Amino acid sequence: MHEIGLSAKNLYVSYNDKPAVKNVSLDFASKQVTALIGPSGCGKSTFLRSLNRMNDTIPGAKVTGEIWIGDENINSPKTDVVSLRQKIGMVWQRPNPFHKSIYENIAFGPRYHGIKNKKKLDEIVEESLKKAALWNETKDRLHTSALALSGGQQQRLCIARSIAVKPSIILMDEPASALDPVSTAKIEELITELKQEYCIIIVTHNMQQAARISEKTAFFLMGDLVEYDSTDKMFTDPQKKQTSDYISGRFG
Amino acid sequence: MAQSKQHESKPHLVEEWVGKVYTALCILFLVVTIFSMVYFVASKGLTTFFKDKVNVIDLLTGIKWNPGGDPPLFGALPFIFGSFSTSILAAVIAAPLAFCAAVFMIEIAPKFGRKYLQPVIELLAGIPSVVYGFVGLSVIVPLFRDIFPGQGIGIAAGALVLSVMILPTITTIATDALASLPSGLKEGSYALGSTRWQTIYRIVLPTMLPALMTGVVLGIARAFGEALAVQMVIGNAPHIPGSLFESTSTLTSAITLSMGNTVMGSTHNNALWSLALILMTMTFVFVFIVRWLERRSKI
Amino acid sequence: MMKAKTVDKIATAVIISVAAFIVILLAGLLGYILVRGLGHVSVDFLTSPPETISEGGGIGPQLFNSLFLLFLTMIITVPLGLGAGIYMSEYAKPGRVTDFIRLLVEVLSSFPSIVVGLFGLLVLVNMFGLGFSLFAGALALTVFNLPLMVRITEQGLKSVPREQKEAGLALGLSKWKTITSIMMPIAIPVILTGTILASGRVFGEAAALLFTAGMSSPRLDFSDWNPLSPFSPLNPFRPAETLAVHIWKINSEGLAPDAAEIAAGASAVLIITVLLFNLVARWLGRLIHRKFTASK
Repeated sequence: MHEIGLSAKNLYVSYNDKPAVKNVSLDFASKQVTALIGPSGCGKSTFLRSLNRMNDTIPGAKVTGEIWIGDENINSPKTDVVSLRQKIGMVWQRPNPFHKSIYENIAFGPRYHGIKNKKKLDEIVEESLKKAALWNETKDRLHTSALALSGGQQQRLCIARSIAVKPSIILMDEPASALDPVSTAKIEELITELKQEYCIIIVTHNMQQAARISEKTAFFLMGDLVEYDSTDKMFTDPQKKQTSDYISGRFG
Repeated sequence: MAQSKQHESKPHLVEEWVGKVYTALCILFLVVTIFSMVYFVASKGLTTFFKDKVNVIDLLTGIKWNPGGDPPLFGALPFIFGSFSTSILAAVIAAPLAFCAAVFMIEIAPKFGRKYLQPVIELLAGIPSVVYGFVGLSVIVPLFRDIFPGQGIGIAAGALVLSVMILPTITTIATDALASLPSGLKEGSYALGSTRWQTIYRIVLPTMLPALMTGVVLGIARAFGEALAVQMVIGNAPHIPGSLFESTSTLTSAITLSMGNTVMGSTHNNALWSLALILMTMTFVFVFIVRWLERRSKI
Repeated sequence: MMKAKTVDKIATAVIISVAAFIVILLAGLLGYILVRGLGHVSVDFLTSPPETISEGGGIGPQLFNSLFLLFLTMIITVPLGLGAGIYMSEYAKPGRVTDFIRLLVEVLSSFPSIVVGLFGLLVLVNMFGLGFSLFAGALALTVFNLPLMVRITEQGLKSVPREQKEAGLALGLSKWKTITSIMMPIAIPVILTGTILASGRVFGEAAALLFTAGMSSPRLDFSDWNPLSPFSPLNPFRPAETLAVHIWKINSEGLAPDAAEIAAGASAVLIITVLLFNLVARWLGRLIHRKFTASK
């Protein structure tokens, strides 16, 4: 049994008093990939964005309930959100590298968090890029603009950027949905590599992807958590009718 | 995560605080400036009534402005009339032109419009008002002098100069309104076999009318507050003119001309501040009309 | 049906002629000013001081004053405007207070510039004892220009994709760091272009300056660059007549026999400068745009 990396208890999210996530409790194991699936608008992305308090930045969003990392409830007004976010990496649907060089994209975070030593930073950049399987393609052009990379490369750069500040959890919001099949395969491969170290929570609308990469799957519908089980079980023997309907492609 | 907890949590909190305080101070400066502006202009402008015992009604409706006379007369109606007539006339000239320019840019030749007409309009907006005044003085005034009776100066010349100056304001807003019309609206009309003009006249114009009115009010507001260009071509005689081609004054031109020549605190000087107060009050009125129109065009 | 088509043709013709008329109007305006003015513009005209009653005066000090005043104004306006714009775009919480501040900014942006000038006369020149000075003028122009600068900054920040901001925050950067290091660099093209256009507006403004920077200049000693000495061009506490104010003054009370030519020449210089600002803003906007899109 894996230890718990993050756990949500009775989480409610609403936008301008319209409920988006209703009373969801979920435990996420570290060193595992958990997939959140469901039709669009079911609240899976909203749920994900609550976990690193990103919904704080949206006017009208309200999150109640508890989110535990270790022995700290991070969904409390007392939480230092800035320090918290350093522990939780995030990857978005569309690659969003900073308008800076490849090197700067990665070094920016660690430098901000206090690592000024050039050699140390070089090491972090190399290590992060290697982990993201991007080192060989970029080592000769580290100081060129990150925007010149291809979409798939940019997305891997974004993953490298987030692991450079040494988080323990990585949130991914449909990280491959804007990419071509080859790049998607690379990202999936990368995710399988990364789960040896991180607790990965990934939102995806692609059920094959969920089946390929995740250990556990949670199915959301209209803001409710319908079913949460091991991925194998979910895709072969779902307990609820809605889940089997969705998985067999009857709606969504 | 290399550092200990108390080290990593402090600097960013300070930084956050600095940013918040700095930006809040900037906005505070802005707010304080606006309030003090309103306060100072209002208190100065009201002195005329409270300290110098000039009657408000006399000032607003009196038609004789003779601060040096005995008794001194402070009838500001000629200036008020001059300001309103020039700015409204300017809008009457500019609005149809702006409407046509907007229709041209969105409906008739979008490519050409964006590439050539748009920059032209922006450049018109960028020309300084003294240059407009100079051209008005050296082209329009002599031209009017030749064609019409009188000296060429007056409301007509002022309104013409102002109309060019506010053309960009109205055009920009009309263009934005036209561009944001749902395309289904027009297509439905075309599908019924209407011509382009019928569509514009029956469907487009009524829908964008509130926005066009917003542009017109903003244009009038700008014309109302414009000082130097008008002052150069209006003639500056302090009475209500008998024709469009006779010398007259506006609120701004009266202030511009006399403020430097009067002593601070004198009744004459205070009366000029009252004119400024009227200008400021009208600014509020214009802003509220614009807000009201914007609310209506949203529905 | 025939009739509707005829009306349509006429209407289209009218609209096209109006558009053409506007283009010709601008061309005529520029042409007139340049043709009348450029003949008078020479190095001597641009560098020599004006004459009050005799021929051959120049606009040297006025040109310098305009540029120096623009510089002073922007040095004050830019940090204030950026700060206020960042506040409105990133820190202000939606609600009554923010709406009210927005209303105030809108009101300020519609204040006639002459009223801003009068406020400057009362508060800056008299109350603060700055006298007719470049500094008072720069502050008045700051007030006049701040709302625009706030709007430009807001527009610039709005143009930054949301994901960029979130990426910064998700890395554990503070909000302020995210704004200054991640969002600002992306917003800069918009802000820069807007600022240059605003500079053009400042450069041509006269009404707000009549009673703040004043309508006269001391005899400037262009060999004295000590900002504290009274005849130094760099002294920010001396009165300074700008180019735009000069044009107004010689048109209304110019005594020199060649006043009309000087006004034309000065107008041409003013127009060319403003055009230059416009062109630079446009060119810079395009250049930066291309740089961003080509590297994508």
